[in-house]
Amino acid sequence: MFPIKESRFLSEDVKLFRVQAPRIARKRQAGQFVIVRIHEHGERIPLTIADSDVDEGTITIIVQGIGKTTRLLNELEAGDAILDVVGPLGEASEVKDFGTVVVIGGGVGTAIAYPTAVAMKQAGNHVITIVGARNSSLLILEDEVRATSDELYLMTDDGSYGEQGFVTQKLQSLIDQGRTIDHVLAIGPIPMMQAVAEVTRPHQIPTIVSLNPIMVDGTGMCGGCRVYVGGQCKFACVDGPEFDAHQVDFANLVQRNRMYRQREQESLEQFEQDPTHDLEEAHHCQMEQRFPEAGPRTV
Amino acid sequence: MTTMVDKLPPKERTKIPRQTMPEQDACERAHNFREVNLGLDEAIAQRESQRCLTCADPKCTHGCPVGVQIREVVDLVREGEYLSAAAKLREDNVLPAVTGRVCPQENQCEGACVLARRFNSLAIGYIERFVADYERETGQVGLPERAPATGKKVAIVGSGPAGLSCAGDLALKGHGVTVFEALHEIGGVLIYGIPEFRLPKEIVRQEVDNMRAMGIDFQTNVVIGKTVTIDELFEEEGYDAVFIATGAGLPKFMNIPGEELPGVYSANEFLTRVNLMKAYDRDQYDSPIYECRDRNVAIIGGGNTAMDSVRSALRLGAKNAYIIYRRSEEEMPARGEEVHHAKDEGVQFMNLHNPLEFIGNEEGNLSGVKLIKMELGEADESGRRKPIPIEGSEFVMPIDVAVVAIGTGANPLVQSTTPDMATNKWGYIVADDETLRTNKRGVFAGGDIVSGAATVILAMGAGRTAARSMHAFLETGQW
Repeated sequence: MFPIKESRFLSEDVKLFRVQAPRIARKRQAGQFVIVRIHEHGERIPLTIADSDVDEGTITIIVQGIGKTTRLLNELEAGDAILDVVGPLGEASEVKDFGTVVVIGGGVGTAIAYPTAVAMKQAGNHVITIVGARNSSLLILEDEVRATSDELYLMTDDGSYGEQGFVTQKLQSLIDQGRTIDHVLAIGPIPMMQAVAEVTRPHQIPTIVSLNPIMVDGTGMCGGCRVYVGGQCKFACVDGPEFDAHQVDFANLVQRNRMYRQREQESLEQFEQDPTHDLEEAHHCQMEQRFPEAGPRTV
Repeated sequence: MTTMVDKLPPKERTKIPRQTMPEQDACERAHNFREVNLGLDEAIAQRESQRCLTCADPKCTHGCPVGVQIREVVDLVREGEYLSAAAKLREDNVLPAVTGRVCPQENQCEGACVLARRFNSLAIGYIERFVADYERETGQVGLPERAPATGKKVAIVGSGPAGLSCAGDLALKGHGVTVFEALHEIGGVLIYGIPEFRLPKEIVRQEVDNMRAMGIDFQTNVVIGKTVTIDELFEEEGYDAVFIATGAGLPKFMNIPGEELPGVYSANEFLTRVNLMKAYDRDQYDSPIYECRDRNVAIIGGGNTAMDSVRSALRLGAKNAYIIYRRSEEEMPARGEEVHHAKDEGVQFMNLHNPLEFIGNEEGNLSGVKLIKMELGEADESGRRKPIPIEGSEFVMPIDVAVVAIGTGANPLVQSTTPDMATNKWGYIVADDETLRTNKRGVFAGGDIVSGAATVILAMGAGRTAARSMHAFLETGQW
């Protein structure tokens, strides 16, 4: 059991959790992730570690409620606990003094890009951050990102905050201005990452993306997360999750991520109609932790 | 307790036919995940135990990788002393209810049985299972006594058969034992790999609970090499010795076109979704599995994993469930009983066929496989006749789901973060044959991560060997 020490919503459906996991907190590096399972009947899902506090023994995860499991997770609060948290998994981001680095975060991808932006800044880079969201209410971590960036550009699709436009338009304009860009890290929805790759490709700017295929174990055992990079089969859980954007087969990633679409929608609908069973089970885990003498739940 | 059957003269004993295992009806079981073999009742177990010739030098024990005292166990069964039989079994085998179900007995104890020369071998596996189930069902598990605490701490990496067997033996010697598991449940391949219908998970859970009662500490959700490294186990967590038993868990793919299509699985993923994540029980569990109901499912391979996958596919409602194997049935590495069960349940065997390419439909999902027919040539280095493609025999077969079950390799997670530990060119850990010592002081390794993919019982044998040599190291401090 992994107790939740703090939780708060960053936007309407994006929630931040600080979770007690001392071993993971100690080892985690920017770019790595954990796999969590909420209750005994739940699935295993990967979530990037946004931050950690070694002294407190906590890790921070930021969750967008889009499917059943993430919606259920976002119902939990400080005092609750997550049944299983395992990590840190995957390879850390490549961090060194590249010179000028552009970090691009789209939607909740900002949370995933943020720890690497911090590490890039610490490594001595000039960090330009471009954060994009559909509208102002979906922009997250503005203060944190501002504190770690030499330049920050906020973009919204509808112009409700910052500049109106896509992150790729801002990136294109920086390139057009003749700015030297040595390295780009783009994390967000697949179409955004693919679009960024197409912007930087003609200029041969090294570009890294963090991929989010479906996973089960996260340790290289199942091969469900296989992605195709430069024609080679790679397991995102152990070889990634970050890869060369110019080599990634994004179309296949989109295709493979749709494998369970119908089932995912059914699960979500059932959960939204009646979440009580799952909520009870998630909270039962917490009861067992608080009252271990009562023994494990038998039903 | 039953009436005791008197011991018959040898000639009479050989007249008793080998008893058969009661099974769930093939048509019925092909649609459920309940256990296929129902187990012997007491009368059948008694009759079978009468067949034992009680050899002075029992060959069966020599044929057993963990050296179970089979003759003594069978004697106790014949006398109706089932709990004593179970205790005798546990002296050498920490998971008797498991091995009674999944061991390839025909190649081990039963293969060595002298009865096998002229008659049918004694059904040792059935008797083992009967004894272990009897003990469990009566709730009177006779756990062996632990030696006084030595104050030494050992870490076992991986909770599969090798790790559990090593943990059990070391705990009995009085050492403090912690078992680390990357997944959320203890048991390794017994939990994620072998299906419910062959090995009910409740049995594994109870065996693990027995080990907890012996004082063994189990920690799930710890990936050694990631969460904690081997060096940190020694330096920061105070362990005196480590046994690496991580198994051969890296799935192999064929590297043929179309393998990236949705609908193509590794057997590891397919079985993990079915067994560990319980995807077959979709009303209760969240993890999905690609739709198999009323569809054509093909499994590539001829081993036990392929049989487990194809029989799972049937139970998930497949319209047609195929085995595609490039050699003939004679060369199949699967246990005889599994092939037999698969056939009874309606699995279609396409032996001497090899996939060349997976084919996708307009939506980009798997819709077919291009196969080529094979014939057998000369024996290759494995001693089996080498399959050779028959030119011009290609054809396309419509399938919706494919499971690649052609074997597994070494998972590099532990090795890559332990650079001073030697591995071979395939990434398996190099360990001394007799002591299972690696080249790194205090670190032992055994099971599939040393030998490559093998069987549950061989891994358990390695666990015992490691326990013996770890105990010697802990006692003497000599490397």
